[in-house]
Amino acid sequence: MSEETTRYLVTLVVNGVVREAAVPARRLLSDFLRHDLGLTGTHVGCEHGVCGACTVLLDGEPVRSCLTFAVTVDGHEVTTVEGLAGDNELSPVQRAFTECHGLQCGFCTPGFLCAVTAFLRDNPAPTEEEALEAVSGNLCRCTGYQNIIKAVHRAAEIQAETQGRPEDRGGRA
Amino acid sequence: MTTKLFGEPVQRREDARLVTGQGHYLDDFGPGALAAAFVRSPHAHARITDIDVSAALDVEGLVAVYTWEDLPGALAEPLPLLIPHPALTHGRTAYPLARDIVRHVGEPVVMVVAEDRYLAEDACALIEVEYEFLKPVVGVEEAVQGAHLVHEDVPGNVGAHLVQEVPSREGRSAADAIDAAPHRLEFRLDIERSASMPLEGRGVYARWDAGDGSLRVYSSTQTSTSVRMAVAAKLGLPLPKVEVIAPDVGGGFGVKIVHPWPEEILVPWAARTLGREVKWTEDRREHFVSSAHERAQVQHVRVGFDDEGRVLGLDVTILHDHGAYTPYGIIVPIITSTQLLGPYKIGAYRVEFSSIYTNTVQVTPYRGAGRPQAVFCMERTLDRVAAYLGKDRTEVRAANFIGPDEFPYDQGLIFQDGRPLVYDSGNYPESLRMLKEMVGWDSFPEMKARAAAEGRRIGIGIGCYVEGTGVGPYEGGHVQVTSDGRVHVSTGLTSQGQGHETVFAQIAATELGVPIERVSVVTGDTRRFGYAVGTFASRAAVMSGNAIALACRKVREKALRIAADALEADPRDLEITDGIVHVAGTPSASIPLATVAVLSNPLRYAFDEEAKRATQFSGTSAMDRPPVDEGEEPGLEGRDYYSPIRSTFASGMHAAIVETDPETAEITILRYAVVHDCGKLINPMIVEGQIHGGVAQGVGGALYEKMVYDEHGQLLNASFMDFLMPYATEVPRIETAHLETPSPLNPLGIKGAGEAGVIPVSAVIASAIEDAEGIPIDRMPISPSDLYTLRLRLAG
Amino acid sequence: MKPPPFAYHAPVSVDEALAALAETGPHGKVLAGGQSLIPLLNMRLAAPSHLVDINRIGELDTIAARPGGVRVGALARHAAVERSAEAAAVLPLLRQALALVAHPVIRNRGTVVGSLVHADPSAEMPAVLALLGGSVRLARLGGEREVAAADFFTGPMESAIGPGELAVSAFFPVPPPRSGTAFREVARRHGDYAVAGMAALVTLDEDLRIAAARVACVSVGPAPVVIDLSDACGRRPAASVSWDAVAAAVRDGIDPDGDIHATAEYRRHLTGVLAVRALKDAARNAGTEAVDE
Repeated sequence: MSEETTRYLVTLVVNGVVREAAVPARRLLSDFLRHDLGLTGTHVGCEHGVCGACTVLLDGEPVRSCLTFAVTVDGHEVTTVEGLAGDNELSPVQRAFTECHGLQCGFCTPGFLCAVTAFLRDNPAPTEEEALEAVSGNLCRCTGYQNIIKAVHRAAEIQAETQGRPEDRGGRA
Repeated sequence: MTTKLFGEPVQRREDARLVTGQGHYLDDFGPGALAAAFVRSPHAHARITDIDVSAALDVEGLVAVYTWEDLPGALAEPLPLLIPHPALTHGRTAYPLARDIVRHVGEPVVMVVAEDRYLAEDACALIEVEYEFLKPVVGVEEAVQGAHLVHEDVPGNVGAHLVQEVPSREGRSAADAIDAAPHRLEFRLDIERSASMPLEGRGVYARWDAGDGSLRVYSSTQTSTSVRMAVAAKLGLPLPKVEVIAPDVGGGFGVKIVHPWPEEILVPWAARTLGREVKWTEDRREHFVSSAHERAQVQHVRVGFDDEGRVLGLDVTILHDHGAYTPYGIIVPIITSTQLLGPYKIGAYRVEFSSIYTNTVQVTPYRGAGRPQAVFCMERTLDRVAAYLGKDRTEVRAANFIGPDEFPYDQGLIFQDGRPLVYDSGNYPESLRMLKEMVGWDSFPEMKARAAAEGRRIGIGIGCYVEGTGVGPYEGGHVQVTSDGRVHVSTGLTSQGQGHETVFAQIAATELGVPIERVSVVTGDTRRFGYAVGTFASRAAVMSGNAIALACRKVREKALRIAADALEADPRDLEITDGIVHVAGTPSASIPLATVAVLSNPLRYAFDEEAKRATQFSGTSAMDRPPVDEGEEPGLEGRDYYSPIRSTFASGMHAAIVETDPETAEITILRYAVVHDCGKLINPMIVEGQIHGGVAQGVGGALYEKMVYDEHGQLLNASFMDFLMPYATEVPRIETAHLETPSPLNPLGIKGAGEAGVIPVSAVIASAIEDAEGIPIDRMPISPSDLYTLRLRLAG
Repeated sequence: MKPPPFAYHAPVSVDEALAALAETGPHGKVLAGGQSLIPLLNMRLAAPSHLVDINRIGELDTIAARPGGVRVGALARHAAVERSAEAAAVLPLLRQALALVAHPVIRNRGTVVGSLVHADPSAEMPAVLALLGGSVRLARLGGEREVAAADFFTGPMESAIGPGELAVSAFFPVPPPRSGTAFREVARRHGDYAVAGMAALVTLDEDLRIAAARVACVSVGPAPVVIDLSDACGRRPAASVSWDAVAAAVRDGIDPDGDIHATAEYRRHLTGVLAVRALKDAARNAGTEAVDE
C-alpha cells in the first residue's frame, strides 16, 4: 500500500527537546511518543478518546494524543508526563498526587497529571466545582477520584507556597 | 524513624516512578518487538467453514499468520480448566484459536504477527473467514430452556448445578421452616453484567533466547507463577527455562487472574517459533469482547420470618450466566451462594445454583466475585421483610445479626476454598451503631419530610456484608539482608496498584527494626520467588503480608543469634532499632545489621572492606565449629510461607442518601457512608483508597455499567462511549470509618480489604431509591430511564 | 485499534484544500479537530482513502463576533469559541451549549464547524445552529454556497456537504432584542452525549410577554428537531404560561427512538420536561442577556 510506505518527517519539541522521526501519516501522536520516541509515560487506555490516559499538553493545552495524528502537529510543542518534573524535583501536581494517594495502579495518572497541570496554570485557586470539572474527562478505575480531587486542591496549595520560585511552576505555555 | 510503621499512613513507595512516567507497564517493554493482532469472531455462534489468508500475505511487514491447524502438541488442546469442582459436571474451555466452532463474538480465530500493530491490523482486515451460522443462545432464561445449545454435548446448557442446605438448629429444612414461618415472601431479583475493565488491558511480551533455550515472558497478569507453569506445560519447556514477570500492571480487578489466556501462550510460542520478540497489547475493543465479564444472575427468593423480622428459613435459586466457557470453574456462583448470609444467622438455608452457558463472553471473577449479587439478594430480602412488617430496616438487620460473642461462627456451608465457612471474628452491632450515627439514620425521616416539603424526593439505604478474604492455599515471602544493610523482600504474588511495595515494606521494617528506606520489595517476578498463587480474593496482604512477617521473624532470630555471638550476649536481651542490633538498655553494646549480614556469610574472598571481616583470617569464627554450622545456611535471609486453615472474614456496612428527580428520574447520590472492618490496618491511607475505588466501581454497577447483548449475541456497547464507567462527576464523596476487629487466624491480625468497597453498593443504592420512590427495586443497575419505566408501571 | 492507511494532504490555504478535495472527490475526507473522525478511524468504522488535514490553514482559525451574529471559522476550536468574551457577549447560547460539549480536553481540539459537519443528532452545536436559523458556508473549487441549518442537517451523521466541498465557516445569527436562550440536557454521565436535551430561545415583547419561543431538541430525531412553541406559550408572561401544554406540544413534535440508554417513552417524556426548564431559563435570561443595542 503506497499510503503506508509514504513517511513524513515529524519534528516536535517534546519536553523542551527537539525530537523527530519519520512515520506514516496515520501514526497516532500517542504511538509516536511511545514507540517512535520511546516516551512510554503517556499511556493508551481506549484509543477512542474517552479515558484520557493519553492526555498530553500540545502547545500547553491538554489534548488526547490518541485522537491526534503526529503529522498534524508537526512543528509544535508537546509536554508529556516525563516533562512535568523539574530537575530532581517533582512538580506541585506530582507531589500532591503522591501526598494525597491520588493514584493506585498509576496507569491513568499521566493523563490526570497533564490535565491538572494545565488547569492549575490557568486557574491557580479553583473551587470544588472547577476542580471536579477539570478532571471530569479522565477515567480512573482504581481511586474513586476522591483523592484525585483532593490532590488538585493540594497541588494548588503547593503551587501557591512555591510561587516565589518560578522554576517550580507546573506546565509549559 | 523505624519502629511503628505498621498501622501508619505511610506514603506509597511506588508513586515516585508512577507520577514521572517511569513505571513499566506491559506495552512499555520490547520497543522493537513484532506485534500480534487477532482476527476475532464477529458472530456469537458459528461454524468456521473456511479461512482464506491469501489477501493478507501481500501486506508489507507481515511476518506470520496462524490458525488452529498450525498449533502443535498441547497448544492445540483446549485451555486448562483452572478450578475443577465436582459440581462442574460439564466444564468447557476454549481452544487458543477457534477450532471449527466459535461461541462468542470476540473469540480468537487467526493470529497475525507483523512488524507493527498497524500492519498487523491491516492484515487482519484482509483475512476472510467463512462462517455457517448457528443459533446463538443469549440470556440465562432462554439458555436454560435448552432449545439451542452452546456446546453440543452440554444438555440444557447447564455446566454446573450445586445445592447446599443448612437445616435449622431444630433440624428443619429451609422449605419446612419457610412453610412454618408466621410470614412468607417470594420474589425475583436480577443483576446485569458488568466487567473489571482495568484501564490497562491485557498484554503479553515474550523473548526467546535460542542460545540457552530459555523463555522470558512479561504478562499483565494477576499471577505470574501460574502463567509460568502453564506456558512451560503448553510449550513443553522445562520449568526452570521459563521466567514470567508481572511488571507494573494497570489494574486487574479480577479479569487478569484468569490464565493462561490464549494470547499468553500463543505469543511466547510465536516468539520461539519465529526467534523474534513478539508482543500483544490488548486494545479496548478486544478487552470488551474477548476477556471476561461478571455479575449477571437471576435469583428467585423464598423467605419465611417471624414478627421481629428474624429469618427462619431462606431458599434461594440462582441462574448464573457463565458465558461461553468455564476456565475459572464455578467460583463466582459458589461465592454468591455461600456469602449470601452475610452477618446474619438465619434459621434454615437452602441455596441452589445452575451455571448456564450462553454465547457471550465468559464469566470469571470481577472484584467482589459473586458477593455483590449475594449481598443484593440478602439485603433486598431484609428490606422487604422490614417493609412487610413496617419495621425500621436497621432493626430487622440487628435482629438477625450474629452476636459479637458468637465467634467463631460456623455457617454450615462449604466455601470457595473447599473448606467450612466459619467466621473468625467480627462486631456487627457496633458497625451498625457507627454507621447509623455517621449517616444520621435516626434523624433521616425529618430530613426526608423537609425535602418533601420542598418538592424533593430523597431516600436512605443500607447494606451489610461479610467477605471471606485471604483464601489459601498459601503465599510465601523471602527476606534477605545484604552486607550493605539493605533488606530485599520478595513474594510471588503480583501487584496491580494495591501498594504492596509499601505495605510489605512496612511489615518488614516493623518486624526487622530497620528504616523503611532500606527495604525494597519485589512482587510477581518468578526470578525472585517461584511459589505463589496470585492476587485475588482480597488475599495479598493477609497471605503475603503474614508470610513476609514470618520470614522476617526467621531472619530476625538468626540475626540475633549471630549478633549475640559477636556481642557475647544472650539473644533474648537483644533488640533491633534503626537497623542496629543492641543489648536492651545498653545502646553501646551494638552491631549494625549490615555487619551481622557480613558475619552470616563466611568468606574466602574479600571483595570490599565489609567483606574482609568475614574472611577466614579475620578471627571471627570459632575454631571448634565449622564455619557454617550444622543446620545453618550462609547468608542472613529467611523464607517462610503462610497457609491458613481457612479464610478470614472481613465485614462492613454502607449507607447512602439519594435524591431522585420527580420529573427527569435522574438519580443523585447525596451522601455515601462506609463502616469497614478488615481487622488490624497496616496502612489506613491505602485501605481507604481501596474502599474509595471499590465504592466507585459499585456506583458504576448500581447506576451506570451494564453489558448489553442483543438477541444475536452482539455486544451493543463495546466502547467507553457506551459502557458507562463513572467519571469523577458520578462518584459521591465517600465518608469512611474503621472498626478494627483483629483476626485470630494470622500473626498480624489482619483481614483482606481489596474488594470490600464494591460489595454492597448495588444493595445500598437500591434500598435508598426504593425508600425515595416507594417502588420496589429488584433489578440493578438502574438508569433514569429504568426508573421512569418503573414509575409508569406503578402509576398504570 | 489503529487507523487504516490513507493518503495524506496537508494544504496550507483554503485554495489548496479545495484543490485537494476536488481532486479526491468522494474519496476525500476533511480532518479538522479529529475528535469524532479519529475514533471512527481507530475503530476502522471509517476508511477514507484520502485525508485532507486543514489544521495548517490559519485563515480558518477565526471567530468574528458582530452585532448581527458570530461567524466561526472551520478551525476555531470549541474551547476558543467557549472562551471568546466577544462571542459570549453577543450570543450567550454559544457558551451555554459549549460547556456541555464532551469534556474540556476534547473541546481543546474539537472544532465547532467539525461538529456541525459531523451532524450527530445527539450533539449540541447542530441544535444551536438549527435553533438560531444559522448557516454553514460550503466552499468548493471555484465557488461557495451558504446553506441554511434547516437544509444542512439531512439525517443522522449526514449533512448537505457534497464531494469536493469544505465547510469553511458557520454563522450563528443573534436573535431579536429581548431574547433569551438556554441549553438544558440530561446525559448519562457528565460530558456524554445527551439522552435528551435542547437549546431554547424565547423572545419577549415590550410587556415581557413571550412573543416567540422555540426549541431545538437533540437525541430525539435524525437531526435537530426545531419546534416553534410561540402558540403554545400563548403570548403570556412566563409565570402564567400553561407549561404542561408546552411540554405536551414538544412531546407531540418529536418521534424519538429507544436505545441502550433510554426508552423512546422516556426520551419523549424527558424532552418535554427539559423544554419547560429550558424555556423558563430562556425567558429569565431574556431580560438579562438581550443583545447589546
